[in-house]
Amino acid sequence: MTADVLLQAVNLTRRVDGKTLLDDITLDLATGARLGLVGPTGSGKSLLLRSLALLEPVDSGDLLWQQAPVANDQATIYRSQVIYVHQRAAAFEGTVETVLRQPFQLKAHRDRHFDRDWIVDQLATVARDATFLDQPHEQLSGGEAQIVALLRAIQLSPRVLLLDEPTSALDRQSARHIESIVMRWYDDAPDSRAYIWVSHDPSQADRVCDSLITMHAGQIQTRRTAP
Amino acid sequence: MPVKSKPVEPPRDKARFMSPYIELTNLEVCLAAVLIVINGVVSIALRLRLEKTLAIASVRTVVQLSLVGVVLSWVFRVDRWYVVLAIAAVMTLIAGFSAADRSKRKFPGIRLIAITSVWSCAWILTGYVLLFVFQDLPKWYEPQYAIPLLGMVLGNTLNGISVGLSTLTETLVRSRGQVETLIALGATRWEAAGEPIREAVRTGMIPIVNSMMVVGVVSLPGMMTGQVISGMDPAQAVRYQIVIMFLIAGATALGTVSVVLLSVRRLFDANHRFKFELIRIAGS
Repeated sequence: MTADVLLQAVNLTRRVDGKTLLDDITLDLATGARLGLVGPTGSGKSLLLRSLALLEPVDSGDLLWQQAPVANDQATIYRSQVIYVHQRAAAFEGTVETVLRQPFQLKAHRDRHFDRDWIVDQLATVARDATFLDQPHEQLSGGEAQIVALLRAIQLSPRVLLLDEPTSALDRQSARHIESIVMRWYDDAPDSRAYIWVSHDPSQADRVCDSLITMHAGQIQTRRTAP
Repeated sequence: MPVKSKPVEPPRDKARFMSPYIELTNLEVCLAAVLIVINGVVSIALRLRLEKTLAIASVRTVVQLSLVGVVLSWVFRVDRWYVVLAIAAVMTLIAGFSAADRSKRKFPGIRLIAITSVWSCAWILTGYVLLFVFQDLPKWYEPQYAIPLLGMVLGNTLNGISVGLSTLTETLVRSRGQVETLIALGATRWEAAGEPIREAVRTGMIPIVNSMMVVGVVSLPGMMTGQVISGMDPAQAVRYQIVIMFLIAGATALGTVSVVLLSVRRLFDANHRFKFELIRIAGS
């Protein structure tokens, strides 16, 4: 099986107020890649990830999706394939089910339909039953809200997940739940999917990633294969 | 609707005995100024330290209104379409600037957006009333009608527009997490900002809807009061007031929608990215 390059960042640079926050970043993400992004706070990990999701502007450099730049009118389609998951899930009004149904109201996903059974199956693996769907979203714990955020993304079958420290605010058990949900999504189609996982926890990075990039002061410092 | 032949020419040309209302002399206005002294006394007695502001506000009231009186008399006398349009343009610009400046949070281009919205909604709807509703107007730019109408529309849409603008920026900043979550899932800017947009337009339109609910019951509108005092048949004054209320309501709705949509276009880029960094608190 040959790996196709899904996502390429070429010489991405971002400066704000004279400070270089991203300095000439080049990286490839091929199908099957499980890339970890580590480094100290403020090294630009999160900014890089947000830039890859087109949530931040860049001053120079290119972002290629399957070898081609993302045109303006393709941005929403791109984001529906390359989904960025925030470190903390934003609270929404309504029940968990309402929140999980949100993306299906968007034009980018109008051909898809909410699959309640699939969600209930997924919930079972993280020790939640169907009554979880009726809980008010705003009252969930951080870990539960993150589970919902992840399921909301994964039910859309994205090619790439950009995970921005998804477990940093969670207890160990919730963190394991998040990891297992991501792994199941990846294992469903490991030859066509890939993810980038920003982590501050070296043991987690080794556990969930095959290769690691360490960032420092907006630059890529080292690239290595995880043990 | 026929415009009844009450004084069409400005009443200043009439001798006092013909006038349907009592002309006020400067002395009489000075007697009313005694009333403002109440505010001063309250301020001093309760140590509110508002005396200076009050004094300035009172002087500004007298000076500004006197100037308007002079300008209006001049415009009525000159009676040229281009003079009316020029005055209307100045009034519109001032309204647009005030609408933008009242917002606590600002972003580059906010003034242009406010002026565009005020300008388009006020002129289109006032134009509609002058051209199609007041069918017996001798001239389309008749200053006696055009200027007061536009003034009332501007004063009221200004409120809707500034409230809509403040609510939009406030809601967008408060719900940045939700907005960005939707964008990250593939939402367009209109989908991601849908809730803030609805909230802003609703809040901008509420005041005029509320005042339509209670008009005549709780309050008598200033314009209608003025017309009744100047001798107009109350039934006629009421008709004028209804036209004005609808005009103001329509202009407020149009202006608020316009300012909100233009702002969203400005605050998101073509990639549907929320340009959060553009929004600044005034003065920072």
